[in-house]
Amino acid sequence: MTNSAVLVRGLRVVRGGRPVLRDIGFEVPRGSVTGLLGPSGCGKTTLMRAIVGVQIVESGQVDVLGLPAGDPALRHRIGYSTQNPAIYADLTVTEALRYFASVLKAPSSDVGRVITEVDLQAQANQLVGSLSGGQRGRASLAVALLGSPELLVLDEPTVGLDPVLRDDLWALFHRIAKAGTTLLVSSHVMDEAARCDRLLLMREGIILADDTPGGLRARTEKDDLEQAFLHLVRTEAAA
Amino acid sequence: MTASNPVITPSITLATAKRILTQLRHDPRTIVMLLLVPSLLMTLLRFVFNNELLFSRIAPALLGVFPFVIMFLIASVTTLRERTTATLERLMTMPIAKLDLILGYAIAFGTIAVLQVGIATGVSLLWLGLDVVGSVWTLLLIAVLDALLGMALGLLVSAFATSEFQAIQFMPLFVLPQFLLCGLLQPRDQMGWLLNWLSDLMPLSYAVEALTQVTRSAEFTGTLARDLLVVTGCVLVALVLGAATLRRRTP
Repeated sequence: MTNSAVLVRGLRVVRGGRPVLRDIGFEVPRGSVTGLLGPSGCGKTTLMRAIVGVQIVESGQVDVLGLPAGDPALRHRIGYSTQNPAIYADLTVTEALRYFASVLKAPSSDVGRVITEVDLQAQANQLVGSLSGGQRGRASLAVALLGSPELLVLDEPTVGLDPVLRDDLWALFHRIAKAGTTLLVSSHVMDEAARCDRLLLMREGIILADDTPGGLRARTEKDDLEQAFLHLVRTEAAA
Repeated sequence: MTASNPVITPSITLATAKRILTQLRHDPRTIVMLLLVPSLLMTLLRFVFNNELLFSRIAPALLGVFPFVIMFLIASVTTLRERTTATLERLMTMPIAKLDLILGYAIAFGTIAVLQVGIATGVSLLWLGLDVVGSVWTLLLIAVLDALLGMALGLLVSAFATSEFQAIQFMPLFVLPQFLLCGLLQPRDQMGWLLNWLSDLMPLSYAVEALTQVTRSAEFTGTLARDLLVVTGCVLVALVLGAATLRRRTP
């Protein structure tokens, strides 16, 4: 039994004959917002898929909430939102959420709650297919918030959103974390790094840094986290 | 420590069926086509023959074949869509059993099939002069089983398609040979041994045989019972195999 929400040791994943995750290890503390940052194609999605238990892994250990990833007992304890909106385009927002709520056996009042949380009240009875890209992404995020997941794994939840909405969502993430839920949020935009309690910086299938934003700034002597990331990449390449 | 993992949760199965029917409800054109196209084809057939006797000979078999083809297409495309969009992956992280999903599809499309076949049979009996010697209910039952068979095979083969183009092509690959060999174009016992043997392997042959029996004889024969069992068995096997093709973990 561990105190971490997620514990990864020696994780290797090969996709299409190419190593995507190369011997990764880290822990995600409970009740925190951990940012998983790195350029597109560095393995963030694969790592998240391994944590929610839908990725075939080559070797290594992935424990989630004290159980091996993919354990049936975890299926109502994890909320997962994929990068591409995973929500039925030919249902209204409310209908789609109602379906996922019944699969999760979440109370029906949850549907209204999550719609408010992602600010889609005005679109509640609109077909998902008729929403804008950002709205569709938020509808898909709302599915992950249904029930009371202890771990939220969100793959690029803020892509394509205007700054105000992005700010609202980050405030929501911190509110959820304060209530005890652990969040793992991926992003390829470095300016979101500063909003996380902890950072996992990824590049080409390895973790470059596992630190707090403050710790990272101090270690690299760079104020700007993007510069800190570049510094790490360059020292790595020089080594 | 692993929690018990139920094979089926009725509330989730029914919620899934309701969700699929709601998706269809938002697409009225598809519903109209699903419900009316077989009746339209039967009417067309009636006027092609322009003869009630000839029509009565071939119509029962087609009452099974048309819904079989349509449900095969519909089921393979919709399930492929669920597989290729991320909704299946999302569901696979949730407490839904694979059979919940497959049976949800079966219930939803089964409901459509009952309506589709009911309308086509009603139109054929009332207006097109179809004459059925046996029980109309048995005829309906077989035709619904045919539609379910098409649906179950569609669900199953969609696992082997990676694009809509492939899924559509599975229709001529899996459905048309069954149509050619089912005994409708040429009596099965007049085919060469190889074709006859292939025909014996194809579930549609039994469905068409059952439909022909029920039109021509009022008796519930042993052959009819065997045919019904074979078709029902094939539906169940295809559904279970379809569920087995769903994977929680993918590469």
